[in-house]
Amino acid sequence: MFIINSPIEEIIEINPQIFLLKVFSPEIARIIKPGQFLNLRVTERTQPLLRRPFSVCDVNGDHIFLLFNIMGEGTSMLAHKPIGSDLDIIGPLGKGFNLEGEFDTAIIVAGGLGAAPFPYLTKQIKGKKNLYSFIGGRTKNDIITYNLENVREASDDGSRGIKGNVVKLLEDNLEKFNLEKIKIFACGPTAMLRSLKDLCVNFNIDCEVSTECAMACGFGICQGCPIESTEEQDHYLLVCKDGPVFNIKDVVI
Amino acid sequence: MSKVDLSVKIGSLVMRNPIMLASGTVGYGNEISEFTDLNKLGGIVTKSLSLKPRKGNPPQRIVETPSGMLNAIGLANIGVEVFLKEKIPFLKKFDVPLICNIAASTFEEYVECTRILTEEETIKAFEINVSCPNVREGGLSFGNNLNFVGKITELVRAATNKPLIIKLSPNVSYISEFAKVVKENGADAVSAINTLVGAMFNIYTRKPKIHNITGGLSGPAIKPIAIAKVLEISREIGIPIIGIGGIMDWKDVIEFMIAGSTAVQIGTLNFIDPSASGKIISQIEDHCVKNGIEKISSLTASYQL
Repeated sequence: MFIINSPIEEIIEINPQIFLLKVFSPEIARIIKPGQFLNLRVTERTQPLLRRPFSVCDVNGDHIFLLFNIMGEGTSMLAHKPIGSDLDIIGPLGKGFNLEGEFDTAIIVAGGLGAAPFPYLTKQIKGKKNLYSFIGGRTKNDIITYNLENVREASDDGSRGIKGNVVKLLEDNLEKFNLEKIKIFACGPTAMLRSLKDLCVNFNIDCEVSTECAMACGFGICQGCPIESTEEQDHYLLVCKDGPVFNIKDVVI
Repeated sequence: MSKVDLSVKIGSLVMRNPIMLASGTVGYGNEISEFTDLNKLGGIVTKSLSLKPRKGNPPQRIVETPSGMLNAIGLANIGVEVFLKEKIPFLKKFDVPLICNIAASTFEEYVECTRILTEEETIKAFEINVSCPNVREGGLSFGNNLNFVGKITELVRAATNKPLIIKLSPNVSYISEFAKVVKENGADAVSAINTLVGAMFNIYTRKPKIHNITGGLSGPAIKPIAIAKVLEISREIGIPIIGIGGIMDWKDVIEFMIAGSTAVQIGTLNFIDPSASGKIISQIEDHCVKNGIEKISSLTASYQL
């Protein structure tokens, strides 16, 4: 875990709302794992005050890549940072995906910007396991397939891929897989994760999910990001420190 | 050897400088110790402890506001017993005054927590939270009532000989009345201020942005209010004040001291820059050197009105 200033080398526009930030940060690139995140300070001023958390999207040599869309003031400032300016980063934070195990097929399930952590996961798992990506979004503009493999798409309005939701798309394709040999890696809106959890419980499929919650610090001191555990009823887990990646069976979504 | 005497005194508690880390913004010290050298600080104040563990409020607990944030954590904590067993061994390794913050729901619970914790020599002082705005029982209902605050102070005073600090609520008309009551009942100092009650709505769903509906406002947005409260206590009541509220840099520390603070606590800033306190300590020293201030304690209540 570092607090570090790293220069922005490129801001790549994926579409008018979605950007990929390329940052030179060998210290972080060396140790960060898929599913871990960084907490970025977008300004030294007091508005916006808090850092913004982002999953690592990809790593290439000494460079890290972060995918984000413009949600408000903070992300807008980030998209307009001058090339060469320093980015104030705390990271790597949290627990990432566990890529080890008996499974022979990895299945990525993502909705919208939930695709952000998976280019790096794809890079690390490619060649070691079979890999499929089920990607959903409200419209064609929300479907992000950047650096993903074997992609199947679903959109709510049918403007790209099949019309419908991505979990249904996965369910319709499940018969192709040996369910005891697959592991799902997921990230996306709560409604998507809830139906994915039902599917995984019904078919007893191993699944890790990257969760999201408003947070201030990102490393456990503010206690701002609780998530209910299915195991222990007397205390919350923290998304930032105990997650953001959890086994889907271990948390209440 | 430091050219400037940065040391300050709260009751019998001597601190090497006035920079403390505020309760609820440092957990129990372990995470923040990766970013800042605890041994350089004046003191650290633990997350509020209660007798039994508390689960805290459901999400959403935090929302950003203009130059600030609202939080309603609900005093989530591990409880006194687990704290002593699991956190004290780590904290023992540091040469920094450890101040335990206690938050309870009943008079008896305040006393019981203090009685148990005062036996632990690593704990050098107590800060009593009578003013958390985010719990249903106790908390603010105590902090708004002069008789309750007086009684808690009296009872806790009887349970420990260690320095006793009462953390006051700003959600009252005259904070100095509360400072007076705690002084009369034997407290050594007050911390001012705790967070201000605030709320925010989502205009589309018409629902509150945090689950608890209201939360405590902190950050630079509240600094002028905190300065005014510190000044009020300083002018009305002779009791050491630990100033808290939106400190973002060394200049804010100096301002809080001029307004009447003996020491200060850094809170929300720890979430944004967990290494800030170390930088602030060297910057206040520079300020003293440049301005011929030999003892930083001479700044306390040095306002020219």
